[in-house]
Order: sequence, then C-alpha cells, then structure tokens
Amino acid sequence: MSVTELRPRTPAETRLIQLAEAQGENENARRPAIEALRREGLPTRKVEAWHYTDLRQLMGKRLGSDDAVEALRESGETLLEPLLQGSAVVDLDAPEAAHLPNGVTGSASAGEADWKTTPNRLDRSIDTVRAMNAAFGAASATIDVAAGTHLDHALELRPATGLKSHAFTTVTIGEKAEATIVERLDGGTTGAPSTGVNMLHVGAGANVLWIVDQEKGLDSSHLGQLSVRLEADSVFRLFVLNAGGGFVRYEVHTDVVGEGADVQIRGVNLLHAGQHVDVTTTLNHTVAHTTATETFRNVVTGGHGVFQGIIKVARGAQKTDAKMACNSLLLSDEGDFSAKPELEIFADDVQCGHGATAGEIDADHLFYLMSRGIPGDQARALLIKAFVAEVVEELEVEAIEDALETRIEAWLEANIR
Amino acid sequence: MLEIKNLHARVADEGTEILRGVDLTVNDGEIAAIMGPNGSGKSTLSYILAGREDYEVTEGDILYNGESILEMEPDERAASGLFLAFQYPLEIPGVATMTFLKTALNAQRKARDEDELTTPEFMRRVKAAAGDLKINPEMLKRPLNVGFSGGEKKRAEILQMALLEPKLCVMDETDSGLDIDALKIVADGVNALRSPERSFLVITHYQRLLDYIVPDTVHVLSNGRIVKTGDKDLALQLEREGYSQIIEEAA
Repeated sequence: MSVTELRPRTPAETRLIQLAEAQGENENARRPAIEALRREGLPTRKVEAWHYTDLRQLMGKRLGSDDAVEALRESGETLLEPLLQGSAVVDLDAPEAAHLPNGVTGSASAGEADWKTTPNRLDRSIDTVRAMNAAFGAASATIDVAAGTHLDHALELRPATGLKSHAFTTVTIGEKAEATIVERLDGGTTGAPSTGVNMLHVGAGANVLWIVDQEKGLDSSHLGQLSVRLEADSVFRLFVLNAGGGFVRYEVHTDVVGEGADVQIRGVNLLHAGQHVDVTTTLNHTVAHTTATETFRNVVTGGHGVFQGIIKVARGAQKTDAKMACNSLLLSDEGDFSAKPELEIFADDVQCGHGATAGEIDADHLFYLMSRGIPGDQARALLIKAFVAEVVEELEVEAIEDALETRIEAWLEANIR
Repeated sequence: MLEIKNLHARVADEGTEILRGVDLTVNDGEIAAIMGPNGSGKSTLSYILAGREDYEVTEGDILYNGESILEMEPDERAASGLFLAFQYPLEIPGVATMTFLKTALNAQRKARDEDELTTPEFMRRVKAAAGDLKINPEMLKRPLNVGFSGGEKKRAEILQMALLEPKLCVMDETDSGLDIDALKIVADGVNALRSPERSFLVITHYQRLLDYIVPDTVHVLSNGRIVKTGDKDLALQLEREGYSQIIEEAA
C-alpha cells in the first residue's frame, strides 16, 4: 500500500476543481483527470518544470473570487479577421463544419483528451497542462493534411471562447505535405483558465510552419502545449508571438525521431506590467543527423517573463546540431525575465550551444541614430522593433512577416511611450 | 560657423579630463584639419560636438552659428546641420538601411518644418548619391552597416552625409581602414560637397588624407589643447618631423 501525503488545498486548487466540475458535460470521461488534479493539486515551485511559474499563486490570484464561473458564462464570441489573408478557419469545437481545402479533413473526435503521457519531462507524474485540459473536457478535434498536399493558404485554428475554451487538437501532416497553421489565441477576459493541447505529427519530408498568435485579454489565463513528432527529412518551423494574456504558459515539446529532420523555433514575447508569460520548450533529439535552432526575443516593459529551454540529445543521436538563444530587452526596472537554457547530451559527436542575454537598448546604437537627426523616442522605437524584427524576418515569407510585424507594431505603439 | 571656446571636458563616469581648454574657430566654407597623436582628444572632441552623453563639458562653450549647442540633444544638433562621420560606424541589425536613411532624412526635414520627401524623390536621391560613391545598391538592402567592409562603412557614412546635406561636417578619421582607391572615392565625395556655406572639420592621424581633401587650416591637438595652428604646410611638416618635435616646440 502506498501512502500519499496530501497537502492542504489552496483556494486556487479548490476553485479549479469546482470550475472543472461545473463544466457540466461528459463528466464521466473527465472524472479521472479531475480526480488526478484533486489528488496532485497544482505544482509547487519545487517541481522543476514550474520553478519560475508558481501556478498555485498565479491561479490563486485569478480564481479567488466567486464570480469566476459566472464570468465564464458571460464571455461572448468575437469575430476576428484571420491573421493571414485567405486562411481556412477551423473552429476547434466544430472542426467538421470548416470549409477546408482539398486534401484537408477535419473531424471532432469522440475520444477523451490524452492526458496520460507527460511530454514535459520535468513535470510531475501527471502532466499539469494536459490534466487540466482533460479535466475541463477539452473538445477533441482531428485535422489531417493528406500526403503530398501543398496548401496555398494557412489553416487558422480557433478554440472556442468562454466556458468551452479548452481544445485538444491532433494535427497530422502527411508525407511530403506542406502546410502553414495558425493557432489563434485571442479574446478571453475572465480569470478562469483556457487550455489548448496540440499534438502535431509531421510526416517524412513534410514541411510545417506553425504560428502561435497569442493576444488574449489581460485578465485571462492560458495554458497551452504543442507536442510535435518529426519524421525523417521533415521541417518543423514554429513562430510564437506572445503579445497579451494576464498569465500564459506555452509549452513546446519536439521529438525528432527521423534522421535529417530540422526544427526552427522563433518567438517574440512582449510583456508589460501585470503579466506573467512563460514559454517552456523541450527539444528532444533521439536519432542521428538532426538539426534545431531556437531563438526567442523578449521585450519587457514590466511583468515577469520566463523562458525554459532544454536540448536533449540521446546516446545514438550523433551529429545533432542544435542551438538555442534567448535575448531580452529590459526597458524598465519594473519587469524581469528569467531564462533557463539547458543542454543534456549523451552523444559525443554533436554541436550544441545555448546562450541567454539581457540588456537595455544599446547606448551606442541610440547615439548613432540620434546623431542622424532621429529623435530619441523614435530612435528607441526603431531599435526595439529591430530587435524583434530580426527573428520575424527569418521566416522569409513576406505576407506572414508583414502580418506579424503589424501585430508587433500595434503592441509597441500601445506600450512604448 | 563654429567657435569652440576654452572647452574643457571629461569622461562623465570617471572624471578623467580629456579636453583642457580647446580654442578653435571654423569659418563658413572652411576646411579645418585637426591632427594629433593618439590620446590627444580628437575623437572626444568629435563626440562632444555631436552631443554624446558619455562626456561632460565642465568649462567653456561650443557656438554653432553664434549659439551654444551644449544643451541640445544629438538629434537637434543634426537637424540644425551638424553631421559626424564616425570613425567606427555602427552595425545595427534589424534596421534596414533604406528605412534608416528615410527616417533620418524626414526627421530632419520635419524638425526644420519642411515637407517629407516622397518615396520616388527619396529613391532618386539615394540612387544618385550611391552612384557617385560607387556603392552597390545591393548593399543598401542590408541592415544598416551589417556585413559591410571597413571601406564600405566609410563610404556609407559619406552617403549619409551627401543625403542629409549638413552645414558642418565633422569627419573622425574617415581615412582609417581605407585603401588608396577607397580613399580617393571618399575624398571625391567630400570635395563634391564643398561649398561656401558648408564647413568641414577633418580629424586625422595622417597627412595622406589631406592630399585629397586639401584643408584651409591645420590645427595640432595635443593633450586636450590646440597647440599649433597653420596652413596645409603644417600637415606636411608634421609628416616629416613627427608630432613630438612640434608639440615640444609649441610647449
């Protein structure tokens, strides 16, 4: 018989269970996940995966009041233009209703969300994000892009808003297919959490660009996860834009299982006062001859930012070439950014590296621009934009760069003086 | 155009005094050369003229067209017609060269209550100036100065100068790192800008540059002061005899 020591429940944990139970539908399927959360609670900071993001405290702030459930019911739908023109929009609570291009199918899957595996190897015996996703009765959607399909336009995935803003989405990209997928995380002005778990399978020789555009309201909490499996010679490119949200955790876990596969992760986190934004990634190289690059650029005018990134190279994964960088521009004493890049390497013939920097606007750069007649505020804005534009430009798709730069400029204009 | 009066300045953080009473006048249309050994304060003088914050003026004044510029921000000085060609032009990743040029040009025009340039007019000017300086247009598609060779950077500085049409051009060791061909191109660019309304302060170690950009006056800066002033022959004398001889005589 095992003895489980039960910690006293915090108000946030109690409230979370209440909220999950109040979801109403499909309770039997959700019951095991709810029980797991009840048993394990929320992770403390002693759990390495959550060291910089104290979920109990952050959730506590947001779930303390009795209004949470009511507020959830009241939140309405918003009509959004797609991030990229011409995108096929998939509402994740009704994927079968989407007008999808040839070669793409969408369906609602009956099965419960998969929360039994723990892709974040630093988490506890249960995967916190997935368990919450399942406990809240995430709507399961399956999207398949057939082998050899080249999509001209992006697919934009939108989770439902309000009570049902919990999605479990399985996306399969067939062999040699090419697709751009936008995960649009918008709206949400209530403190109750939304969750989104994505399982992406990239077939051999396929090429996927996944864009996360997270611009949720400042009162909202979001827990997201993207788990990716890459077959041989496939390319997975990810761009994460965090330009909103009160409390956001986005996890990316890639398993590179086929030789010749390439992962390119780029991201921009824009933070101001009152926010907590955490991006946590695992790059897992299990076979030889794979490559990965990861760069995050953070602009901090306030709030707390977190980046945790680990590159794991298995014993047999020789010739892995993986680089990771996290650069933060700290524009105020009010904000901070915690970066924890890590390497865990068991192969002896690899090239891996990581670096993290944090600093202010370069005074020499500023002087140079001003000496040409550009006023200080304008010069600073130019330099901040340049700092993030560098990673956006690496996408090398003009329409997508423009769309993202428009979102970023809107944020900069609203938040930099 | 420019009157520097008993200028004393130090590094703001450390308090080390670098300029110890510089007196210098540059008239309209004049090309004045400042020569001096390493550590004499030449670059400091150029930075102080442009308004860099790292230095603190403790005494004296800088008058530009009769008015003190000490309280002006670098961008205000630029808009009023002052230009510093950097000894080491900075690479700024992420800022497209053309965006930078247009932003600078229009910011200055705005500060002077002039209309912004239309894009075609702007392009025409850049193309013409780049052609004169034998700058490959492909270079201008890159981020500002990123990946430029030393010579390309110096030419890009002169391109900026030609576009911004300043009235007082301060050139900080523009000849350093240039081979003789590049030096000629840069000098031609500068000479093309000579006019009765435009003055130059050319800072250099070596007399060589002054064969191509012929100065009206030559000033020797040593230990934070102008110790000797002459015409272009002074530069030749410095080349022959070295700095120490002349500095000793002056002392």
